[in-house]
Amino acid sequence: MKSQTAAAPAVVNRPPRWKNTLRMMKRNWVLYLLLLPAIIYIGTFNYAPMYGIQIAFRNFNFADGITGSKWVGLKWFKYFFNSSKCWMLIRNTLAISFYSMIAGFPIPILLALMLHNIPSQKFKRTAQTITYLPHFISLVVVVGMISCFTSINSGWVNTLIEALGGERVYLMGRPEYYRHLYVWSGVWQGAGWGSIIYMAALTGVPPELHEAATIDGASKLQRIRHIDIPAILPTITIMLIMRCGDIMSVGFDKSYLMMNDLNKDVSEVIATYTYQMGLLSGKYSYSTAISLFNNVINFVFLTVVNKFAKVVSGSSLW
Amino acid sequence: MTAITKKKRHSRETVQDRILDTAFYLIVGIFMIVCLYPVWFTIVASVSSSAAVNSGRMLLLPVGFQLKGYTFVFSDTRILTGYTNTIMYTVSGTLLGLSCSLAAGYALSRKDLPGRNLIMMLFVFTMYFGGGLIPTYLVTKSLGLINTRAVLIIRGCISVYNIILIRTFFQSNLPDEMHEAATIDGCGNMRFFLQFAIPLSKAIVAVIALYLAVGYWNSYYTALVYTTDSKLKPLQLYIREMLMQSNSTVDYEDPELASQYNQMMQGVKYAVIVAATLPVMCIYPFLQKYFVQGVMIGSVKG
Repeated sequence: MKSQTAAAPAVVNRPPRWKNTLRMMKRNWVLYLLLLPAIIYIGTFNYAPMYGIQIAFRNFNFADGITGSKWVGLKWFKYFFNSSKCWMLIRNTLAISFYSMIAGFPIPILLALMLHNIPSQKFKRTAQTITYLPHFISLVVVVGMISCFTSINSGWVNTLIEALGGERVYLMGRPEYYRHLYVWSGVWQGAGWGSIIYMAALTGVPPELHEAATIDGASKLQRIRHIDIPAILPTITIMLIMRCGDIMSVGFDKSYLMMNDLNKDVSEVIATYTYQMGLLSGKYSYSTAISLFNNVINFVFLTVVNKFAKVVSGSSLW
Repeated sequence: MTAITKKKRHSRETVQDRILDTAFYLIVGIFMIVCLYPVWFTIVASVSSSAAVNSGRMLLLPVGFQLKGYTFVFSDTRILTGYTNTIMYTVSGTLLGLSCSLAAGYALSRKDLPGRNLIMMLFVFTMYFGGGLIPTYLVTKSLGLINTRAVLIIRGCISVYNIILIRTFFQSNLPDEMHEAATIDGCGNMRFFLQFAIPLSKAIVAVIALYLAVGYWNSYYTALVYTTDSKLKPLQLYIREMLMQSNSTVDYEDPELASQYNQMMQGVKYAVIVAATLPVMCIYPFLQKYFVQGVMIGSVKG
């Protein structure tokens, strides 16, 4: 009896959960106000377009609007898969993407391991400043630099080739060199910047570990192998998962800048094709269908790799 | 006896370590040169005579100093328009983006905000899935933003990645007790955000401002897709046109004249590249300590 009366006020005093939430919402209404601009932006430019994805299944025209245009089902997808461009685009996209990953992924890791183990702090800092520099140069300028350096009648690359007894070539117009130029200029631009995240992970290693290992007679190489590398392994996994989610997306910007009539067979990728079909040729539905296909592949791939990484290593994005 | 062997082993390993150190210095040093030289070459080439650049005589220092390229660049009204436009978009876009992202990041960092996990999830989802070019274009068009300066300022001001950085920063740098104490003293949410949270967060403000400013300065995609009016064009779009234009050879009857024209255009290209890149080059080294911190915040999963 007594315990019952004691319990009763407690029940009365504790309002139901939703009421509590409501009170918190009321008290913190200003925070929602602070969130509003971001919510409006994301709502407008990220979620509203998702509604428009349905035009991939319609014959879109401006007069009828998004929902008024005729439903055509998978017509545009079939059209894409039957077109001669389809496999070329997928092949080009995958080739550049894989090549970029194989060349571009390990270099920042190696750079970070080396930078971290350089004894002179001053040298390390200078090296960091200089290797970050290319990251801040715009793609327009990077591609401009490549085209200046490799220009057939005035670039120094050709002067060098000629001096070595070779013949002048228009490098940017030769399909066989396109991927190398694309990928290695990307490595040049991104390696230093990409190493920051691994440097950050390496700074988190307690110095005592290194000291103890040194006392036990471990060489520097052994310490890198058994202390540093395990320390950045989770970061490597996360970065690799994120990279895999982008496997089917080769950035529009650089491909479009480097593309010319001569290298089109290898330089045209899905992103540039959707731009050309959509905005330049006005085939809105077709373009949307291709980018939807691309988006879904990426998303599925990311999910699968994430799941796999979770099972295998315990590190995952979500 | 054992002490001697131990010492011996130790010194042998030091030699091995020293070799490794030397190798590291060497490799990193080479990589530094690889990073720096193309940029240095471009700068020097922009003030050297085109003939010297083309013949390969110019390697490290200017040969036949001249500023013709720059005179050409700065007398071109299109470039000046581009410059003004870019400065305007960069300044207003950075300010807009900074205030919106800081506000959103702060709100999402508060544990007593109902629904914050849901909002965060909805934000993060957009990092991995989107509508694509055309649906986004249609939305922008229906808002009447095509061919306006507004679209060039608004697009790119919010990035979910930046919001995550800010949120994580506030979560780990503003203790809950601080906010509680302020609330007891009668300090409202808005005042706390403006008077305590922001002034205590100079590092993250610097990082986000740098990310945004560099993004705006270097972007050409938004302008390419959403504008056709040449008066609105940012600098990068002009540079792109300029670099493309001189690839298509101008028809000159006289091959001598054609080659002269080509050489001049080459010098102009180097000058325009330098003019467009220098502002960013001059700023980022001073903010280096902040953006390294920024990436570190980002690498802490929050």
